[in-house]
Amino acid sequence: MNVDNTILSIKNVVKHFDISGGFLDKLRFKNGRICLEKITVKAVNDVSLFIKKGETLSVVGESGCGKSTLARVVMGLYPPNSGQVYYGGKRIDSLTHEQMLPFRKKMQMIFQDPYASLNPRKTVQQTLEEPLRFHHPELSNSEIKDKIELVMEQVGVDQAWIKRYPHEFSGGQRQRISIARGLILDPEFIVADEPVSALDVSIQAQILNLLMKAGRERDLTYLFITHDLSVVRHISTRVAVMYLGTICELAKAEDLFADPRHPYTKALLSAIPVVGEKRAKQIKLKGEVPTPVHLPTGCVFHARCVYANERCTQQIPELLTLDNGTCVACHAVEENRIVS
Amino acid sequence: MSHLLEVHDLEVKFALRTGDITAIDGISFTLDKGERLGLVGESGAGKSVTGFSIINLISKPGYISKGKILFEGNEISSYSDEKMRKIRGDRISMIFQDPMMTLNPVFTVGFQMIETIQAHRKISKAGAREIALEKLKKVHIPSPEQRIDQYPHELSGGMRQRIIIAISLLTDPAIIIADEPTTALDVTIQAEIMDLLQELCESDNMTLILITHDLGVVSQVTEKMAVMYAGKIIEYGSTDQIVNHPTHPYTEGLIKSIPGSVIKPGEDLVQIPGMMPTLTNIPPGCAFNPRCYLRQAICTEKTPELKDVSNGVLAACHMR
Repeated sequence: MNVDNTILSIKNVVKHFDISGGFLDKLRFKNGRICLEKITVKAVNDVSLFIKKGETLSVVGESGCGKSTLARVVMGLYPPNSGQVYYGGKRIDSLTHEQMLPFRKKMQMIFQDPYASLNPRKTVQQTLEEPLRFHHPELSNSEIKDKIELVMEQVGVDQAWIKRYPHEFSGGQRQRISIARGLILDPEFIVADEPVSALDVSIQAQILNLLMKAGRERDLTYLFITHDLSVVRHISTRVAVMYLGTICELAKAEDLFADPRHPYTKALLSAIPVVGEKRAKQIKLKGEVPTPVHLPTGCVFHARCVYANERCTQQIPELLTLDNGTCVACHAVEENRIVS
Repeated sequence: MSHLLEVHDLEVKFALRTGDITAIDGISFTLDKGERLGLVGESGAGKSVTGFSIINLISKPGYISKGKILFEGNEISSYSDEKMRKIRGDRISMIFQDPMMTLNPVFTVGFQMIETIQAHRKISKAGAREIALEKLKKVHIPSPEQRIDQYPHELSGGMRQRIIIAISLLTDPAIIIADEPTTALDVTIQAEIMDLLQELCESDNMTLILITHDLGVVSQVTEKMAVMYAGKIIEYGSTDQIVNHPTHPYTEGLIKSIPGSVIKPGEDLVQIPGMMPTLTNIPPGCAFNPRCYLRQAICTEKTPELKDVSNGVLAACHMR
């Protein structure tokens, strides 16, 4: 790993949520005794990755695989149970709010639902000037106005609309405003959590183009969270595939789509419907995703995997780097049991 | 020969305080037994309203203001509620988008299935349960004898959607209308549900209307499709022909704006500028004209009619 141009790295991050509720909810009757039982959702389990400056790393997976939790841990919105998050070489996961402030300027987040992420009682102007006034109290009113105008122009929102409220805009326009809010502090790093999932196809293309353009012009680094594999293929430099809180494959986008190695990635890719193509032979998975409350032993994927053997049910596979740079966590790949 | 379903110049309006707005503006299509039709469009294009109007489920203030719907030769659009109830859910069933919202959370799966059968057929509870179990097997629910007595919250999203499909099959309907059946599901589950629908269509020669915004899904499952924009069908014909050689500039833009279709990774996607007009504010002439790269003077003056463009594909565009 080249330390110099790594902007963000996370090491062995674990995030569990306690959902057992209050004291009375925890009471259980077991073997003739009353005991307290905790129920935890194991959302992210021992995930490590790094993001280089200027690249777009996408995290894909199905609902409940922990991708959004990972994004929030990176942003410091959830403290990890264990593991470290480094930004530009400095550890940021255990900082206080004040110590975190300089990093918040550099890291911004764009959320999925533009209906929920904008304050309905704030005009566009108020939404956009709040982060500036908070992080740059030294700026004068006219400087703030200039910055807002500049960023509105970049995201394609008409400046005549500056006094309007979110309800007056369509979904696509709202998402442009949330992107503007993300860009206004000139961040280096943006976490985009499903930014186009709530939008129609033709609007989705506009927003993706906007994100790519902003990325080029401002030399941004993206952590892109999505479940849409065709979007991932289009915008990513590298892709991490998550399943039940662990990364099962991490590879360059073109390698991943040309030659997926992990059995789960193969199944996932074969399930994408492609326009103008009849259904290809889809790889069927047995059963369903287990709950993250009771994680399977060994490889989390073993119960649904056609290549699983004794070892897969016992031992957790580690991420191995193959000769083309692809990282895969699979015993079957390691032992060459998969003939592609 | 008459078709199984014929929709003639259907117009649906919603009566609002500010005046009537037109949600569906004169659409026509036909469906024969065993055919699979895809209705495609963005939100607000009128595809769901079309689905609802076929089974006469448009809620107030909406109403069918013009046109007619013929099912097996009978004009069902003029049926009374009483009479329509014998068709709806029996001869024509509908599958909705969100499997969480469609099932009643306080009743078991079996209760809801038996209730449906008994509403349409004179049959004992035990007999109805037999049919329910048979249909659950048909949609590949593992261990149906146990599942039938479970509550919806005990089932996963994909499983729930299978149960909804099983419910829609209970009365062996002639037509199934599926409104975004996989939009709320993950991609691997989506593929399974689509496989199931396709399998059922093929094994039982079932007729399907698939309402979706996902062109990928439509191109895999249906043989005929209609693209809707602002309440009108703007392109109609064979799915293969339309997805491979779109005629209308909107369809063309829609296909090209999907990542991975035509454009290489990293390059800008083809984007259709602007957005679909709201129904209160449809531009004169062709509704698509402000966003169209082929626009000429005539497009802002005259509404284009659907006309045969090539290989039986109909498109509503002055320029093609």
